[in-house]
Amino acid sequence: MSTFKLTYKPFGESAILIEWPQIISIDILDDIRNFSFIINKLNLKHILEVNFVYSSLLIIYKSNKIKYIDLKKELQFIYNEKSVKKNNFKKTIWEIPVCYDIEFGIDLPFLSSQKKISIEEIISTHSSSYYTVFGIGFLPGFLYLGGLSKKIHFKRRDTPRLEVPKGSVAIGGKQTGIYPKSSPGGWHIIGKTPISIFEINREKPCLVMPGDKVKFNPISKEVFKTIKLEVEAAIYKLKSVDK
Amino acid sequence: MIKVLQAGLHTSIQDLGRFGYRNIGIPTSGTMDTISANFANALLNNNKNDAVLEITMYGPKLAFTTPTVITITGAEMSAKLNNISIANYKKYSIKKGDILSFGKLTKGLRSYLAVKGGFKTEKVLKSRSFYNGITLKDTFKKHDTILYDRYVDDINTFNSAIKNTTLFFETKVLEVYKGPDFNLFTLEELQKICSNKHTISNLMDRMGYRIKETIIKHSKSILTSPVIPGTVQLTPSGQLIILMKDAQTTGGYPRILQLTEKSIAILAQKKGGDIFNFLLI
Repeated sequence: MSTFKLTYKPFGESAILIEWPQIISIDILDDIRNFSFIINKLNLKHILEVNFVYSSLLIIYKSNKIKYIDLKKELQFIYNEKSVKKNNFKKTIWEIPVCYDIEFGIDLPFLSSQKKISIEEIISTHSSSYYTVFGIGFLPGFLYLGGLSKKIHFKRRDTPRLEVPKGSVAIGGKQTGIYPKSSPGGWHIIGKTPISIFEINREKPCLVMPGDKVKFNPISKEVFKTIKLEVEAAIYKLKSVDK
Repeated sequence: MIKVLQAGLHTSIQDLGRFGYRNIGIPTSGTMDTISANFANALLNNNKNDAVLEITMYGPKLAFTTPTVITITGAEMSAKLNNISIANYKKYSIKKGDILSFGKLTKGLRSYLAVKGGFKTEKVLKSRSFYNGITLKDTFKKHDTILYDRYVDDINTFNSAIKNTTLFFETKVLEVYKGPDFNLFTLEELQKICSNKHTISNLMDRMGYRIKETIIKHSKSILTSPVIPGTVQLTPSGQLIILMKDAQTTGGYPRILQLTEKSIAILAQKKGGDIFNFLLI
């Protein structure tokens, strides 16, 4: 029972790009997750890597083991025949602590005056939504989060900052995100998380995975310091719920 | 091991790359010119995925403290062993205390130094390829050391040479496929891209190569989607960006063309100011 009309495209010699209708949709994301879950489960020897972001799925394969046209047929078969039973894969909701103090959220006063809404309202709006992870890219561990309230959409800075500190939580256009490491950036900084979304020396370098959901939990400066110490001592455990 | 006496411009360890981690945003990395790197490993009877040293533009000065056999492929950088010129694509026995240095770059941009058995630096997420933030280092500096296994063999360089008359990367033609967003553009626009000559700008590194010319300004954008090494993006301001091995895993500019794997290797040997054209296959 295929739900969507998919477009298969060759992408170089050893990759295939599968496109769903190119819109941001949780139904599409669930369908892609389901499809990639099944492909991964089949453990096909000629497939090297399966990766999705928003409404596209990339499959990198061993071109010396299978031809594009045969892989396409195989994938079409899997999508049409094997996707019948929807897998109830876990939907993990991560609770990410964020300190919205203006010491960290340096752009809050500017946003508040420009948008003519109070800082408190920006914080409560930002921290009351559940955000969907539509993929990870741009930097290792950078989450593409969907679901930012229109109330706090705000166009990017004209001039990007040369360095946005690691852990900064920011708003850029219709998106919100967390900087997994210090890097240049043009988004408005509204807070900071003491946790490391991406940590290469951890058993799981990236805790949050595509398809998961994220909620921001406001914390005080004191709690920020405590969590930061726990993170440094590697004893902090990020809260999550599986649904 | 090797002791780095002088650092080159950018000297890093690379293997075939890091696969299986794009879903958390980790680039593939790996040798830029995989053809030359594979050649080096083949000459030494190494495995294809054995780690080699990728040497960019200005080579380092290296001291060996353990015997091995080496070979250099790719760019020609006037290599010298104990101050005596040595040739690319030949094997040389190395004794304790030997010093390898590099001089003037005469062909290409990236040389590959392989040792028997490959370099044994730390593996992170199943690969030794250097990448900033994933491996501890992203380039070697003076006083660094590089590990490999001891191997003793006397090589007669004159008999073991593989003939290599013309270097594959000297061509000015990059073969390309249509990219996923090829159809967003008109035939006229595409003909312009395929028939024009393109100049490589100085903004070029392991992440990507920016092209100097402004070709077609447009206002087409795509929903963020995967990109891979060799993807040719066309920015709204009309510039071409060719993504290379350390490129990010996702992008929002139209992916107009896709380099063949051989063309990625060819481009990896080109530098700022070099001119090329695309050939759609």
